[in-house]
Amino acid sequence: MPDSLLFGTEVVLNGLMAGVLYALVALGFVLIYKASGIFNYAQGVMALFAAMTLYGIMVGQVPFSHLINAIFGTHIHHFGWEIPAILAIIVTVVVMVAFAWLVQQYIFRHLVGQEPIILFMATIGLAYFLEGVADLMWGSEIKALDVGLPQGGSFWIEENTQWLGMGNENFYGFFLDQLDLIATVIAAVLVIALVAFSQYTKQGRAMRAVADDHQAALSVGINLNFIWVLVWSVAGFVALVAGIVWGSKSGVQFSLSLIALKALPVLMLGGFTSIPGAIVGGLIIGVGEKLFEFALGPALGGATENWFAYVLALVFLVFRPQGLFGEKIIERV
Amino acid sequence: MKKTLSTLALGVAMAAGPAMADLVFPSLSYRTGPYAAGGIPFADGYADYFTLLNERDGGIGGVMTRLVECETGYNTEKGVECYESTKGEGALVYQPLSTGITYQLIPKVTADDIPMHTMGYGRTSAANGDVFSHVFNYPGNYWNGASGVVNYLLEANNGDINGKKISLVYHNSAYGKEPIRTLEELAKKHGFELSLLPVDHPGQEQKSQWLQIRRDRPDYVVMWGWGVMNQVAIQEAANIRFNMENFIGVWWSGAEHDVLSAGDKANGYKAVTFHNVGRDFPVFEDIQKYVVDTGKAAGAGDQIGNVLYNRGMYAAMLAAEAVKTAQEIHGTADITPAMMRDGMEALEITEEKMAGLGMPNFGPSFTVTCENHGGPGLVGVTQWDASSKTWSLISDFKPTDTEVIGALIAEDSGAFAAENNIESNCK
Repeated sequence: MPDSLLFGTEVVLNGLMAGVLYALVALGFVLIYKASGIFNYAQGVMALFAAMTLYGIMVGQVPFSHLINAIFGTHIHHFGWEIPAILAIIVTVVVMVAFAWLVQQYIFRHLVGQEPIILFMATIGLAYFLEGVADLMWGSEIKALDVGLPQGGSFWIEENTQWLGMGNENFYGFFLDQLDLIATVIAAVLVIALVAFSQYTKQGRAMRAVADDHQAALSVGINLNFIWVLVWSVAGFVALVAGIVWGSKSGVQFSLSLIALKALPVLMLGGFTSIPGAIVGGLIIGVGEKLFEFALGPALGGATENWFAYVLALVFLVFRPQGLFGEKIIERV
Repeated sequence: MKKTLSTLALGVAMAAGPAMADLVFPSLSYRTGPYAAGGIPFADGYADYFTLLNERDGGIGGVMTRLVECETGYNTEKGVECYESTKGEGALVYQPLSTGITYQLIPKVTADDIPMHTMGYGRTSAANGDVFSHVFNYPGNYWNGASGVVNYLLEANNGDINGKKISLVYHNSAYGKEPIRTLEELAKKHGFELSLLPVDHPGQEQKSQWLQIRRDRPDYVVMWGWGVMNQVAIQEAANIRFNMENFIGVWWSGAEHDVLSAGDKANGYKAVTFHNVGRDFPVFEDIQKYVVDTGKAAGAGDQIGNVLYNRGMYAAMLAAEAVKTAQEIHGTADITPAMMRDGMEALEITEEKMAGLGMPNFGPSFTVTCENHGGPGLVGVTQWDASSKTWSLISDFKPTDTEVIGALIAEDSGAFAAENNIESNCK
């Protein structure tokens, strides 16, 4: 096989994996938008907050220790114990549920019926507030998150794909990061679980009813507040998953909140209201940007991925404003 | 009448300007945002050294120091706002810790007659003091860093890197692009093949770049990164099993937090430096005793000895020594920013002086002159030991290629002088 075909295939495979990682972030946006019409600008910061909380719980860090020490002149930083990752994840989920309740109770309950732009602005405020709280609570240093996910290229895949090169000395077998492979499995399980939840559980059906029509859902006795707390909780859980995967790659640090920028073109392409759309959008963006960089990046000076993802999404927007899987926008006069 | 007198008193107070009771050092820090992990230890080191001088020595020359911290978030616009809002406090010297902010401040500090020190960053050609009267970048600049990397590779290959493939992975910004011209010149001189791999801000996703490195199999990878880009690059290098011994970064890609995330796989990674690492220096005992133990540390006191803490502390020490020089030159303890500039231009750092400050062999000896604001550009190499989680200096501070760098500085600063009608500062 020629070099370009082999390497192109490797780029496509890695693009698919990257797309899954983008989709993990986009899923959180979709869940909240679908159920409440809110474009949650804070989704990236939620991933950061969840990952920081998980790390803090795992290593037994005292929350707000810098603040406590500054006020009381103490020198406490750690409880002196460590918690296994799985238990810490459960505790973090509880924290994210509490966060969802607080958000609903103190922000969005008071904004019911407001214009979408007002709700969007509220999420901007929430993002900056949450970032500040995360800083105060857990500190700004980079945290090396290790929940036991394997990292590095898979030897097995490399060795078992080397024959495709048919003696080509430049080909060493396909490179696929084990963490990306695990993330793909996690994303698949997450999507199946979310679809099953929304299709086959009472609460899931209530969520879908609220998403379709708030007033009608209210009229049949669905508790809107509860459903919105539930939706924010699920989005918080998705943020935790995204935070774990991205945090394992680079350490948990404040730039993690910027992964939301990677989700935007995915949403533009896949649609804001479709869970499968987030996945397919992620895959298209992932493959598209990687292939473009591989084929034309060197001629254009490189670093094309960030802007090309948006160009790709814009092209789709021109032909299909609601995204690939979004609900068609119908304005009745 | 009472109101008139009050207004008059306020007017007199404002006209009198800032009180000269303190030596004011603005700290344009970034403790928040995506680059906070690097900004915090530097800011802590910078602050703690001035606190040490106040607590241990009663200030500098009998005048207390005062730190005015302003959060930039590593954002150029915020950095300029910080400059404008703090310069009226009697700021003696600015150290913006950002190449973007530095470029914006160059004309401002020159017009306002306030010196700026950009140690190991900023506009490299500012080393030409004849053109950049108020900007100093001693003891080393980016091009020294690039040359230091190449010199190290020359040493590792018995002086011959002809035909070697070297990839530069760089932050796609003004900062990251700084070494390209120098490396291109050095590639011509030494015959190595240079390939450029830009990484967009913030650098969280670098799969394409590292797949290309895996395909190209360069002999060495050089990194010019900052923030999360560093951690991701080192992790990706480990993922493709690139030999860490052949991976070397600039000094902004060589701190503890850059390598810790990758764990044991980061072992052997190297970075160039213009100052020493670790906490085995007497000055840190004093900082512990007078600053940390008394609860006056800027942070939690747990950063002492870390690479970027040391750098912040070193920057503060150089500023303090320039103050002493200025006080000697002008015969007054209450110096102005203009006097501070004179002190910086006449600064002499010797090993004897460093040892006296509790920092033996912490950095190179050098002398600043009117023509040379960049110092000697001596560069050392550090290496990460993942088992002990420490950086170690594995070479002496050695000279860089002044022939190549000098010509580039002359060319760039000459163009700047022509564009801005700048006359010689050193006539």
